[in-house]
Amino acid sequence: MTSEVTLQTVCVPSEDVVAREIEGEIIIVPLVAGIGDADDELYTLNETGKAIWDRLDGQRSLAAVAAEVAGEFDAPPAAIEADVLGFAAEMAQRGILTAGA
Amino acid sequence: MSDFVRRTTRLERPIGSRLGRLDIELTERCDNDCIHCCINLPAGDREARARELTTAQVEGILDQAAELGCLQVRYTGGEPLLRPDFEELYLHARRLGIKVLIFTNARRITPELADLLARVPPLVTAEVTVYGMHAESYEAVSRVPGSYSQFRRGVDLLLDRGVPFVVKGALLPANRGEVEEFEAWAATIPWMDKPPSYAMTFDLRNRRDDERKNELIRSLRLPPDEAVAMLTRRPEEYRREMTEFAGRFMGPQGDVLFACGAGHGVSVDAYGRAQPCMGVRAPELTVDLIRACAAGGADGGGATLAAALEAFAALRELRATNPEYLRRCARCFLKGLCEQCPAKSWAEHGRLDTPVEYLCAVAHAQARWLGWLGADEYAWEVVDWRARVT
Repeated sequence: MTSEVTLQTVCVPSEDVVAREIEGEIIIVPLVAGIGDADDELYTLNETGKAIWDRLDGQRSLAAVAAEVAGEFDAPPAAIEADVLGFAAEMAQRGILTAGA
Repeated sequence: MSDFVRRTTRLERPIGSRLGRLDIELTERCDNDCIHCCINLPAGDREARARELTTAQVEGILDQAAELGCLQVRYTGGEPLLRPDFEELYLHARRLGIKVLIFTNARRITPELADLLARVPPLVTAEVTVYGMHAESYEAVSRVPGSYSQFRRGVDLLLDRGVPFVVKGALLPANRGEVEEFEAWAATIPWMDKPPSYAMTFDLRNRRDDERKNELIRSLRLPPDEAVAMLTRRPEEYRREMTEFAGRFMGPQGDVLFACGAGHGVSVDAYGRAQPCMGVRAPELTVDLIRACAAGGADGGGATLAAALEAFAALRELRATNPEYLRRCARCFLKGLCEQCPAKSWAEHGRLDTPVEYLCAVAHAQARWLGWLGADEYAWEVVDWRARVT
């Protein structure tokens, strides 16, 4: 799965997790077994992770997501692209994101 | 793990969550008829079943809980698996992103349910209460023929499917000789990272509904010196834990009645009444989530969970007025070690601020074993208690 994620990939949160926003925090709760390394693992995202996650709507490519996030954080686009790719690859590998075409 | 994602297992009270704890007692009915139980009704009690929350009502409460940021619900009873809609209620919570802690006797764990719990994990280790290691002892407690083999089958299914659970005991005359056997078996359960806990100072009927049963429960309580013997079987470990505990939690708490976590969570009984904790059933302290009430309604019905939380927060302002409580409990440094609380006081005496003599005796016996009290001393008479517990 990891190798399939490129800047052209479109990602969407998997139906195997429930993403909740509680007081501005994103908390990802696995719905099915095999998402986390432990039986009771949840995930929270930092500010950058949340900015990426909020844009993974199944419409935008990762390149588009990176461009928006770079604008929001006033950061070098190349660095943000690498961050977005790393984030998406990791989340897809865990089954938290579904990577489409 | 990237810099953007943090793994965590302890988010019962996440930042900003307004509802840190939710317990739902799905039914007071139970397929066991345990001799010591403080709440159970017969499994076939039609009147109780007719009054229980409907599926939609439980789901509505869960929806509200999710809105309040709740991340974990405890399903308890009675025996929660008696509910024919248990799987539906389980999945509803999990689809809301709520972890589910299941308290059960495991008798109704079916292959299908074990498969579901393996496929859609509760994300919290289930807790199974064990009443004996053999049919004779188990069923002397449960008073249901065949219940032991069903419990073992249920536990085997959980083990086979890899569904995490721990076991805990209820120490009763029929199984007191099986402690070592129980603990040896418990140690083989992969998720047991410490010896099992035991119930042995049993609560009286929470609803004050059966004085004959209360007499039986009183007779089953471990005498204070035997309770201490049980607690101190690993003496160094016990002493270390208690010393650490004392430094953090003990000390006189004056006339404040609710010095516990009441008001930080909500417990909902089988009929939709919200309580500050599962033990507090004094009607004047509960809030009806189903029928219209003074706390403010939702959609013309009962109060909201948010309104219940607000009402319970006010409990922290409640003060004891009973002179005996003020003379003893309010000045007692064993508060924290002692299980005395408004819920237990109400179950025993019908009011919130009356000392429970049995609990007082158990706490004093522990303190004497620890060397914090002399043989004839009472904890409320001790002024230099800090020097004693360090």
